[in-house]
Amino acid sequence: MLELKDLTYQVEENNETLTIIDHLDLTIDDGKFIVITGPNGGGKSTLAKLIMGVKELTSGQMIFDGEDITECSITDRARKGISFAFQQPVHFKGIKVLDLLRLATGKNISVNTACEYLSKVGLCAKEYIDREVNSSLSGGELKRIEIATVLARGTKFSIFDEPEAGIDIWSFQNLIQVFENIRKTVKGTVLIISHQERILNIADEIIVIENGKVKKHGPKDEILPELLGTADAVNRACSKMS
Amino acid sequence: MLDNIQKQLLKEVADLYKMPKGAYNIRANGEKAARNTTENIDIVTKDDKPGIDIIIKDGTKNESVHIPVVLSESGIKETVYNDFYIGEDCDVVIVAGCGISNCGTHDSEHDGVHRFFVGKNSKIRYVEKHYGEGDGSGKRILNPVTEVYQKENSFVDMEMVQIKGVDSTHRVTKAELAEGATMIVHERLMTHGEQKATSVYEVELNGEGSSTDVISRSVAKDNSEQIFEAAIIGNTVCNGHAECDAIIMDNAHVVAVPKLDARNVDAALIHEAAIGKIAGEQLIKLMSLGLTEKEAEEQIIGGFLR
Ligand SMILES: Nc1ncnc2c1ncn2[C@@H]1O[C@H](COP(=O)(O)OP(=O)(O)OP(=O)(O)O)[C@@H](O)[C@H]1O
Ligand SMILES: [Mg+2]
Repeated sequence: MLELKDLTYQVEENNETLTIIDHLDLTIDDGKFIVITGPNGGGKSTLAKLIMGVKELTSGQMIFDGEDITECSITDRARKGISFAFQQPVHFKGIKVLDLLRLATGKNISVNTACEYLSKVGLCAKEYIDREVNSSLSGGELKRIEIATVLARGTKFSIFDEPEAGIDIWSFQNLIQVFENIRKTVKGTVLIISHQERILNIADEIIVIENGKVKKHGPKDEILPELLGTADAVNRACSKMS
Repeated sequence: MLDNIQKQLLKEVADLYKMPKGAYNIRANGEKAARNTTENIDIVTKDDKPGIDIIIKDGTKNESVHIPVVLSESGIKETVYNDFYIGEDCDVVIVAGCGISNCGTHDSEHDGVHRFFVGKNSKIRYVEKHYGEGDGSGKRILNPVTEVYQKENSFVDMEMVQIKGVDSTHRVTKAELAEGATMIVHERLMTHGEQKATSVYEVELNGEGSSTDVISRSVAKDNSEQIFEAAIIGNTVCNGHAECDAIIMDNAHVVAVPKLDARNVDAALIHEAAIGKIAGEQLIKLMSLGLTEKEAEEQIIGGFLR
């Protein structure tokens, strides 16, 4: 279980304090498949980075399986079982896809095992295993490799930040299947940040983050109709602008 | 004949665990330690100065020459002249390299002057590794000079590696290319402590359609200093590209000096240089996979210098 208590994250910009995450309280139960959604700039990625320890809290507390991880480094959190597929994957000069998957598993896994992870994200494994994770890969390819590293870790708490972004519609169906499979097979908690109805549709719970706060949180059957019924993303954006 | 330290050095600079196949000449502490010639590759000791001539017959294919040098006594200072005469239509691999183990208080220095005369249509792969070890206060110094003269349609692929333990290096590489000739250089360098490394390339593209690609990847740690200078001179229709990509850490100092000199409207010359620290996002990604910051750094540098 992950408990977020009174989380606040602020940044200083031009001598002004911006509050990105605003006294946010949230409890995420074990084994749930949860989708976080909400308007652009609402604070979803920031929240995910706070959980992974990539950004430091201004105030608040984080409890993971009963243990206070507020002060833990990224490495410690990773070792305690938290994984994160970044919205914008980084690339490396000289590090190959196989190397990255080996680092992810922490083992010297065989090429075959590595290929299985790649196949799961719809990449023809043989073509990619030996390629460098550098800028010669397309955005969609990098994104899939990023997802594969988190699948390869297989930790009890996995976060995916907009995994569908940049992935073509032909593969999108596949990707949904990947997440449906994860949902069925993985005992851990999966937290996906997404704007896609199809992904929202396979959630156990949906959380809506807006202005750095939890706007809604509940079972899919309750939240999804509200989201689809009232304001869709476009309407919300328009009303914001006017 | 070779002691254990020398064998270890050989392993580092030439990946040699035992005597290589093919032609070789092993020089240890200023003297010839072993030599083998083949039907197509002859090695002759120079009589006017220290060094050897390596003569490769026309049409020699799939053969190799190893000419490693090891210094394990403190205080040796030598300049050695090696000339490679490579015939036409050859395809050979040449492995050079110098390993210095200096546990003493005197400086050890090896300055190798290598000249390559590459015949028409020949293909050469040249690997040169530098390695130093030993905890004495004596410095380990290597100042190699390489000159390459390429005939028509020849192809030279050079790999220059210096990853550890050399206190001071000043490398000068000069090349002149005739019509259709190609030279590719991959340099990999890591400096640490108080080390200094300078690498100067000057490639003259003289023949139509000649081309070169000089690529340097380096990591500078601690208080070390690196200077990379690449000059490409285009005298005709030709293609030249030089690239310096460096990771700077701690209090290191890295200088990249590009020089493109075009003397013909159809000379296409490009230089790219990038110097910067390890990207924070790269460290973060690897740490999120469970690596410590130090482990992440090692992986990033290891990949970069591969
Ligand atoms: N270091 C920073 N300095 C200034 N503003 C920041 C900083 N970090 C985040 N923000 C702002 O915080 C807000 C939340 O950003 P975040 O990336 O978390 O949004 P998001 O919900 O993931 O949006 P999207 O759906 O577009 O991915 C944005 O308005 C962003 O510009
Ligand atoms: Mg985001």
